[in-house]
Amino acid sequence: MAELEQLEDPVSRRRFLAVGGSTTAVAAFLAACGDDSGTTTTTDTMKSGGGAGETAKFGKGDIGILNYALTLEYLETAFYADVVKSGLFKGADLETIRKFGQEEAEHVQALTAAVKQLGGKPAPEPKAEFPLENAKSVLELAGTVENLGAAAYLGQAANIQSPEVLASALAIHSVEGRHAAVLNTLLGESITPDGAFAKPADVKTVLESVEPFLVE
Amino acid sequence: MNEQLKTPELAAVEVDVEGGDLSRGDVILKGALAAGAIYGSAMVSPFVRKALAMSESGDVGILNFALTLEYLESTFYAEAKKRAKPSGELKALVELIASDEQQHVEALEATIKKLGGKPVAEPKFNFEYNDTAGFLELAQTFEDTGVSAYNGAGPMIKSKEVLAAAGGIVQVEARHAAAIRLQNSEQPAPAAFDSPLDEKQVLKAVEPFIV
Repeated sequence: MAELEQLEDPVSRRRFLAVGGSTTAVAAFLAACGDDSGTTTTTDTMKSGGGAGETAKFGKGDIGILNYALTLEYLETAFYADVVKSGLFKGADLETIRKFGQEEAEHVQALTAAVKQLGGKPAPEPKAEFPLENAKSVLELAGTVENLGAAAYLGQAANIQSPEVLASALAIHSVEGRHAAVLNTLLGESITPDGAFAKPADVKTVLESVEPFLVE
Repeated sequence: MNEQLKTPELAAVEVDVEGGDLSRGDVILKGALAAGAIYGSAMVSPFVRKALAMSESGDVGILNFALTLEYLESTFYAEAKKRAKPSGELKALVELIASDEQQHVEALEATIKKLGGKPVAEPKFNFEYNDTAGFLELAQTFEDTGVSAYNGAGPMIKSKEVLAAAGGIVQVEARHAAAIRLQNSEQPAPAAFDSPLDEKQVLKAVEPFIV
């Protein structure tokens, strides 16, 4: 996809994807599944989504995955709360941010309950500080966080053992996708930066991205 | 009767199969549209889960259901480029979504074949709308329904790779849904969870549609 990367302007990228980039995207999708050899191979999608052991530091199996998600949701909730308090936004934009923050808080509640239901100990709320210089930089940060959050859920979907936990994770994952699309729209960027098929992110990438905001 | 339907526009969608041979995907789609019409698109998920659970066809069957849905969306948006008379931002959005849905169709067809299955035949669809506003209303419903349908099917998928790939599609459908809702001046993410809490009502209402 080298030609695609040369197109810096988001509108040009979008047009390229609409006209000529489709065969590459479809080929990537095919490479990601439909392996008929009967063995589990490490495809590109699985590699970038990470293996099953990545969330072990957060707990065993599904508890670990839920606690990883919970940690991210705590960060998103705290971020949106800070942004609302900052007074940088008014009117419709403020309402959007407020609502997204409420939804992240509901995610925190649901994930906490899910971990307890599985007999696990919910991850603690991390201490975080976010740079809130001006409306534009805050929107950019929000966009980064939401797109990353969606990719994080996508990266773990295949690692989840329980169908019930998976159903919950999918129900949250798509909402993060909605949030990401809205932030991208507010930033004048493509609603689908990865094209027709969203890409997963692994735990390492996600945690490295949020590391700068954690306070000890 | 129409006033009792939560999303009547879904009830108006015609799904016709030549030769009258309904595939599982067609049956599930018709049922999903009925569930959505009665209770709103959020309630599609449990119908899909139940309908898929009632059969043994596995991942190929699930992918064929998804393909049927993508045929619907792809046809809808391809038509809409002219028929909906979109302009400005909406025009670009329709083109982007049309391209995405077509790619979803191609990818699902190819994956089904790769898994040794046969892609379902593309049904004929009839969408009722007279103007851009009507198009937007239907678009919003289809995108929300699609998200709910994929989320319902997800836990039934056996292969990790197929699940990861389906996840990559549903996230894009959710992005579409949010963007269309913004065009409609509606809440882009109306609920914290894209899945309902109560299955019993829905299953009771759509039971007649399950073959």
